[in-house]
Amino acid sequence: MTDDILIFAEQRDNRIHPAALQLVTPARALADKTGGQVVACVVGDQIDTAAAAMNVAGVNRIITISNTSLAVYSATRYRTALVAAAEKVQPRVLLLPASFMGRDLSPRVAARLSAGLGTDVVELDLDGDGALEIHRPIYNGKASAKLTFARDRLAIATVRANTFPAPTDGGAAATESLAFTPGAGDDRITVKGIERAGGEVKDVAEADIIVAGGRALKNEQNFALLYKLAKELDAAVGASRAACDAGYQPHSRQVGLTGKTVTPKLYIAAGISGAIQHLAGMRGSKVIVNINTDPEAPLAQVADYTIQHDLFKVIPALTAEVRALKAQS
Amino acid sequence: MRILVLIKQVPDSTTRIKIAAGGTDIDRTGVKLVVNPFDEFAIEQAVRLREARSDIEQITALTVGPAKAAEALRTALAVGCDDGIHIQDDAFAGFDELQTARLIATAVKDGGYDLILVGKQEIDLDSGHVGPAVAEFLDLPHVGTAVKFELAADGKSFTANRRVEGAEETVQVTLPAVVTCEKGLCEMRYPSLPNLMKAKKKPIKQVTAADVPDAASLFASVGGTKMADLQPPPSRPPGKVIPGEPEEAVKELVRLLREEAKAI
Ligand SMILES: Cc1cc2nc3c(=O)[nH]c(=O)nc-3n(C[C@H](O)[C@H](O)[C@H](O)COP(=O)(O)OP(=O)(O)OC[C@H]3O[C@@H](n4cnc5c(N)ncnc54)[C@H](O)[C@@H]3O)c2cc1C
Ligand SMILES: Nc1ncnc2c1ncn2[C@@H]1O[C@H](COP(=O)(O)O)[C@@H](O)[C@H]1O
Repeated sequence: MTDDILIFAEQRDNRIHPAALQLVTPARALADKTGGQVVACVVGDQIDTAAAAMNVAGVNRIITISNTSLAVYSATRYRTALVAAAEKVQPRVLLLPASFMGRDLSPRVAARLSAGLGTDVVELDLDGDGALEIHRPIYNGKASAKLTFARDRLAIATVRANTFPAPTDGGAAATESLAFTPGAGDDRITVKGIERAGGEVKDVAEADIIVAGGRALKNEQNFALLYKLAKELDAAVGASRAACDAGYQPHSRQVGLTGKTVTPKLYIAAGISGAIQHLAGMRGSKVIVNINTDPEAPLAQVADYTIQHDLFKVIPALTAEVRALKAQS
Repeated sequence: MRILVLIKQVPDSTTRIKIAAGGTDIDRTGVKLVVNPFDEFAIEQAVRLREARSDIEQITALTVGPAKAAEALRTALAVGCDDGIHIQDDAFAGFDELQTARLIATAVKDGGYDLILVGKQEIDLDSGHVGPAVAEFLDLPHVGTAVKFELAADGKSFTANRRVEGAEETVQVTLPAVVTCEKGLCEMRYPSLPNLMKAKKKPIKQVTAADVPDAASLFASVGGTKMADLQPPPSRPPGKVIPGEPEEAVKELVRLLREEAKAI
């Protein structure tokens, strides 16, 4: 084991995942303590732009593993690639984004490398013996816990998006490539197709701003109001389970316990009561706005700003105000 | 074809969490326990396969947990699983998710299962480690967070859809394999009263540390994280109710979002 910190620099289509850039901040803080280097591993096919973005974020070393068979994510092939990088670097700590890919991949890599694993981490540090310790929300955000790792084995953590800033002062990384050797049985998973959700709006899991609506929207057509506001804010549209179950929005937009967990910089909830299962998915947002006619709605307890008026008046006014603001600047 | 469904009993999602003295666990007195919601999708998916086909020989539900976790197995049996495996031993009590996965993999590796259905994640620890880790320990492919599942007519492979950021992937996988089940796959039916009665007669096999060869050494070699210092969630600063008619309130909101919160 070396004192290095390895980052899985997740990319799709040569675009680095923003959460991968954010990993450089905690990785650097750990490396400053261990005296090791920050190494990024980029896996895919045609990944030069993604690797360049990692360089800008300020890692010491970049390992690229590029192969046509890695063009899209496969749990087995990406496992083989990341394990090869980890075996080369022998890091003390491996960090991945707590994204779909990071959360899917990390348990396999941890199992293969006999490592310890902590998921959805919001704080991380080394204890007196140099073992990793992390903090993470549990019970869908109703509590938070410290997780300690054994010092004598690799520690792996997936880190929640938007927890750390992405540095931009790098540019001097040494880059090397590592050949990809597929493992036996890696080809048992074949990706047949990837269908992108309606191009004009973002997905809640990767948006910095989310405008979410609940049962109060009453039907699918009314969600157009939220899409207009989302367009002005360059935001994604989310929904409560009640709104998804009623068919106003697809389940892919559901936020909450059985939907997606989101941590955007701004979450605007319109006509959502804030049931505990909804809060489970969004209470980690940086700034929360609550638009609800009911002053007792539980969402008000986690909101930074509440407007107690009819959303059908507030949302159009807000859309106009944001548009006016953009016209000024 | 043989199907294994992994289930866990967890506190109901509406539980108010109180932290127990010592800070390493929650206070479990009076807490209502249910089958993990994502595991319900796994149970239902297995039972639907049997209803649609003639080649499903056996559906087994497995849990690792204390005596009370047998209730979760009974629910699975009432919905249509055939038998249960209950792995239970004080020696396993402090296991983390990877060690649990290792234990499950060791216990089922000679069971001849073609398909292992798992919940996407528990709603208590929210980890999502067990499914992919079981797949790795058994050297099987897996599909995570499946929202659609179709078994090929010949029973040798399946296609599944999984949601990722901004897209839905369709993947084809050869069996045997592991699938983790996401909301949208299917909703579990309520077990009927007669089926609840029948479930009481279905067999549940008890497995203890004595039945797992080399238990201690297997677990010394993976995971080993320890949870401590449970705390209530970090409190948010008290919010502001913005007064005034909608137009004024919106103007003030935008000003606050820009100047105070720096969010837009
Ligand atoms: C196991 C389990 C898992 C669950 N998972 C999820 C999940 O992932 N995500 C999720 O969201 N829910 C989930 N739920 C459901 C959750 O308990 C709530 O039922 C749901 O979140 C309610 O949705 P809502 O807030 O849109 O509807 P409601 O609770 O009906 O709230 C509507 C709100 O709109 C307000 N309102 C009405 N009209 C207006 C208006 N004109 N202007 C402004 N405000 C108005 C009302 O005052 C009310 O507060 C889950 C439940 C269970 C049991
Ligand atoms: N103790 C357990 N016994 C059986 N299955 C489990 C156990 N723990 C986790 N699982 C399965 O693994 C899934 C993911 O759990 P986790 O990795 O702990 O979030 C759950 O939804 C279950 O299907």
